[in-house]
Amino acid sequence: MSAPTQQRHSVPEQGPKTWSRRTNPRATVVAGLLIAALGLLTVVAVGVGDYPLSPVEVVKAIFAGVDGGFASTVVLEWRMPRAIAAVAFGAALGVAGALFQTVTRNSLGSPDIIGFTTGSYTGVLIGVVLVGSSFLSTSIWAMIGGLATAAVVYVLAFRQGVQGFRLIIVGIGITAMLSSFNTYLLLQAQTEIAMAASIWAAGSLNLTEWSQVWPALILLGVLAPAVWLLARPLRQLELGDDSAKAHGVPVEPARMAIMAIGVALTAAVTAAAGPIAFIALAAPQVAARLMRTGGLPLFGSALVGGLLLLGADLIAQHVVPAAVPVGTVTVVIGGLYLIYVLAQQARRSA
Amino acid sequence: MPSVTAARQRRLALGWLAALLLLVVIAGASVAIGARDLPLSQVWAALLDRESSDAGTLVWESRMPRTVIGLLAGLGLGVSGALIQAVTRNPLADPGILGVTAGSAFAVAIAVGILGLTSPSQFQWFAYLGALGTTVLVYLLGSWGGRSANPVHLTLAGVALGAVLSGIVTAIVLADPEGFNAMRAWESGNLQDRGWSGVTAIGSFMVVGLMVALALGPSLNAVALGDDFASALGANIILIRTAAVVAVTLLAGGATALAGPIAFVGLMIPHVARRFTGPDQRWILAYTLVLAPILLVSADMVGRLVVRPAELPVGIVTAFIGAPVLIYLARRMKVNSL
Repeated sequence: MSAPTQQRHSVPEQGPKTWSRRTNPRATVVAGLLIAALGLLTVVAVGVGDYPLSPVEVVKAIFAGVDGGFASTVVLEWRMPRAIAAVAFGAALGVAGALFQTVTRNSLGSPDIIGFTTGSYTGVLIGVVLVGSSFLSTSIWAMIGGLATAAVVYVLAFRQGVQGFRLIIVGIGITAMLSSFNTYLLLQAQTEIAMAASIWAAGSLNLTEWSQVWPALILLGVLAPAVWLLARPLRQLELGDDSAKAHGVPVEPARMAIMAIGVALTAAVTAAAGPIAFIALAAPQVAARLMRTGGLPLFGSALVGGLLLLGADLIAQHVVPAAVPVGTVTVVIGGLYLIYVLAQQARRSA
Repeated sequence: MPSVTAARQRRLALGWLAALLLLVVIAGASVAIGARDLPLSQVWAALLDRESSDAGTLVWESRMPRTVIGLLAGLGLGVSGALIQAVTRNPLADPGILGVTAGSAFAVAIAVGILGLTSPSQFQWFAYLGALGTTVLVYLLGSWGGRSANPVHLTLAGVALGAVLSGIVTAIVLADPEGFNAMRAWESGNLQDRGWSGVTAIGSFMVVGLMVALALGPSLNAVALGDDFASALGANIILIRTAAVVAVTLLAGGATALAGPIAFVGLMIPHVARRFTGPDQRWILAYTLVLAPILLVSADMVGRLVVRPAELPVGIVTAFIGAPVLIYLARRMKVNSL
């Protein structure tokens, strides 16, 4: 019971360097558990399918490498790309959510508010309904639509700096216009085309080969160090602009960099898999509650996001009677889990 | 100082009356103007004698009901938006946050995808009951374990339940092309071919909701200061919040049942109203009450005129009229959060 008192005394005495390094033992334990759960779930996910493999066989197949016969081919060539994509994409979305919720100081903040998701759907609808494109360029249409929208929102919200509240309002406006434009385009399209577009918009992980996963993975790998570099300014911004300024953080550039990274993470995922809803919103909230951190933990959000998407994809592929887009499952289990967490909190506080 | 305040109050009252006048003019125009050209004299004659001609049928069975529905839906969405933003102290909150939209969409998806209904008048009660049921659930979830339903919990509970329902809706709808078509028409939000069915019944529920909302006006100013201050000022936070949830459900649920899910009106109009009135919640409510129907009815009129003889759904037009206004205001105002 003495630990909190010690901390309270030590904070004002020591410089910013020390307190930013303060570790939270619960967070470390939870992170360890989440990593273990991720590993286990990956092994399970890779084992399930028309050619079922036990967890032991899966591990053997992984270590046997490419020469390990049919089991290795199934695991490494057929199922692993999808599982790895689920983990990496979920993690990226979780981090993007944590970045945006921290910068906008709003638990409803996510890359959606800057219009990226809606804009990418607009891009795809324009491509599919108006231009009539082949499936291949869907991800390019999504990128164009999403990035253009994010840029427009940022520029319209810029007035001697971008202030969180104005960004949110402008984002709402542009998103509302685009989503009603999307509805209009959907109404114009033939049923099959409209349904195909809606399936894309729900977000699906129909990736079967490494070649489809690599581009997004490389992009995410490039972005990871940037996230790590931004972690410190992010924690400072959490305490307020004035405090961050006092600690030498250039507030406006930092905020812009954080949002750019958040959008880039979302863009990489959306281009490959469509807009997978809710992970960016739920993962940071769930992680913060599990780890009982003050702010939204980046690493924790990544772990929870990865776990959420991998689990959702497992359910979407194998549990639901007819295979559904993974996005419909992420919203359902993400929502149910958030309800569960709220209920747990209520029981503790009652 | 008192004289300055009095002058300001007078200015606000005059502005409100001017807005009301504008609303009357727009409602009149909405009856007079449509896809078919009718001279004003004929519209007038048709209004006085509904049986006489097919102009009478057109005016009484088509233009009048859609104008009334536009007024009701606008009022319901706007006022519930102002309430929910005040009570949750979150400028991002819209009536959808309490699960109204997700709940009615869920009920409609079941009506369409599983029971096979196809016309809006068949599933408007599904929409209303879905909205009511979901909001009650969100409220129970937000106040689980005997704690008071605080804004953060309400918001998260609404987001969580809304997500669960919307996932199920997508899964149901994507499995059935016919349901998908009925659903995408309903989801665009439109006032086309509604007739009078349900208007009186749903309208009277909405009037009850409006009464509750107006009665809450004065206490919302206390709530805006935060729970502790509000309690210190003698406001009963739990009672206020519960009453607000009831009003939001009746109003926004009714609007959604009548016109489909029209986003954005509830979100935007309170911000616009605040721009005119400043932070006094009573004036925000009063202005919202008039400005929201102005937006909805005029958007519906524009939707009828721009692509004649086809129509744009009103939900699409509201966003295209409203969003630029909102962005303009957001760029001009100083930090003007709640």
